[in-house]
Amino acid sequence: MLLLQTLIAGLLLGGMYALISMGLNMILGVVRIINFAHGEFLMIAMYLSYLFFIWGNLDPYVSAILIVIILFFIGALTQKLLIEPIIDKPAPTKIFATLGLSIALQNLALMVFDANYLSVKTSYQTSVVTLFNLSISVPRLLAFVVAILVVIALYYFLQKTMVGRAIRAVSMQRTAAHLMGINVKRIYMVAFGIGTALVGVAGSMLLPIYSVFPTVGASFVLIAFVVVVLGGMGNMFGAFYGGLIIGVVESFAGVLISPGVKEIVYFIIFLLVLLIKPAGLFSKGKGSEEVGL
Amino acid sequence: MLKVNNIDLQYGEVQVLWDVSLAVPEGSIVALLGANAAGKSSVINALSGLYKITKGSIMLFGKDLSKMEPNEIVDLGLVQVPEGRKLFNYMTIEENLLLGAYAKRARKNMKNNLEKVYTIFPMLREFKNHLAGEMSGGQQQMCAIGRGLMAEPKLLIIDELSLGLAPILIRDLLQNLISINKSGVTLLVVEQNVKQSLAIADYAFVLENGKCILHGEAAKLAEDPFLKKAYLGI
Repeated sequence: MLLLQTLIAGLLLGGMYALISMGLNMILGVVRIINFAHGEFLMIAMYLSYLFFIWGNLDPYVSAILIVIILFFIGALTQKLLIEPIIDKPAPTKIFATLGLSIALQNLALMVFDANYLSVKTSYQTSVVTLFNLSISVPRLLAFVVAILVVIALYYFLQKTMVGRAIRAVSMQRTAAHLMGINVKRIYMVAFGIGTALVGVAGSMLLPIYSVFPTVGASFVLIAFVVVVLGGMGNMFGAFYGGLIIGVVESFAGVLISPGVKEIVYFIIFLLVLLIKPAGLFSKGKGSEEVGL
Repeated sequence: MLKVNNIDLQYGEVQVLWDVSLAVPEGSIVALLGANAAGKSSVINALSGLYKITKGSIMLFGKDLSKMEPNEIVDLGLVQVPEGRKLFNYMTIEENLLLGAYAKRARKNMKNNLEKVYTIFPMLREFKNHLAGEMSGGQQQMCAIGRGLMAEPKLLIIDELSLGLAPILIRDLLQNLISINKSGVTLLVVEQNVKQSLAIADYAFVLENGKCILHGEAAKLAEDPFLKKAYLGI
């Protein structure tokens, strides 16, 4: 029973990791940028959710819709104003640009909110549903359900709509995408926007569970990098499964060994994957880590 | 229809095209010939807006393309089928074709055009749900041409149609090109294979080391002593 309980806790946590990692991976696969400020966008989403709650009395699950839209535009603008001007520059330039943005945003948050841990109090915060003797936290369950719905919606968007196909086309074959009349610069903005909107969802779902503080993004984004490598760089749905796996690993490591060693466990997995299957567990073969599927 | 006037092109410090001029009359098939690295792909990538020329102008229907973005050029009806097909390998044949119709102008008639492409290349309909990357070279080339046609081109540029294909396949594809041309699409065919290109073209330009060294009617060029010696080996 304990094992099943641990598995479920891990999966529920993994849903959040999946969302954050898919966002990171979308930006990586399409724009070919490693966005070190990804965690800070999560932090912004959580602070926004907090502010909506304090000032507007909006429940985090309601304000989530607004936050997703705001985060989409923050992402699209980051692409337009920060990344587009340096898109043809060497990789270190881009790394420093997003790393710089990350540090700037963290310090901005420190200035505005101090280093305090802020959280919201809701009526359902501690409520639990009991199923077959398993107790499941309601906010965690909701977060997981929303994560799954978002992943399904994203799947249909990428597979069935013209813009979704164009996003995949740009990640696979940039030159041909240009030649088919796809406005590649705009697709970059859309992809960066969606990637950021995904942490918007995650941030909104996390606030009823976690506290927000200026460096909250760092711990999550570190996991996201592990997940991205595990699932395959640019591989969107690899990141989904990777997120669930890391959630479960973390949960079991916490219960079976000690909560203090969970990072050790998943970083060992991270290193093993890099050594044995560097294209990721879910890659479709050699070179597919380059194509974003 | 298309007039390329005295263009220069540089990749960073390296100049690759010098004073190249071309003209493609509406309704014709024009061949752009030359050996490997003569600058053929550079010319058409400049036409498609992938590279910006440093001198001269590129006029399509009287509009200068040289400052436009690649997608704006596709909107005007200039579409390139790139060298080496450059398909979206992890997508199905049909998805590749549908992406050809991404330009707003082409999207309205997407269904009709898809039907047209499937009529020209029945093979593509048969394999429409297969991943493009798993198809043979010939099928991939059909898919690449079909994808180009989905954009409703007025001028279709085909780069190295024959690259890596069996002679019998090339013959069939050339027949397809002739019927595509008859249906009203102007063609600019870029080729190393001089003999076959001159056989279907009305007019040809020959590039060497980034300069246009020869041009004229295809039938006359086929008899040109220099071209015979340099490219046809007779």
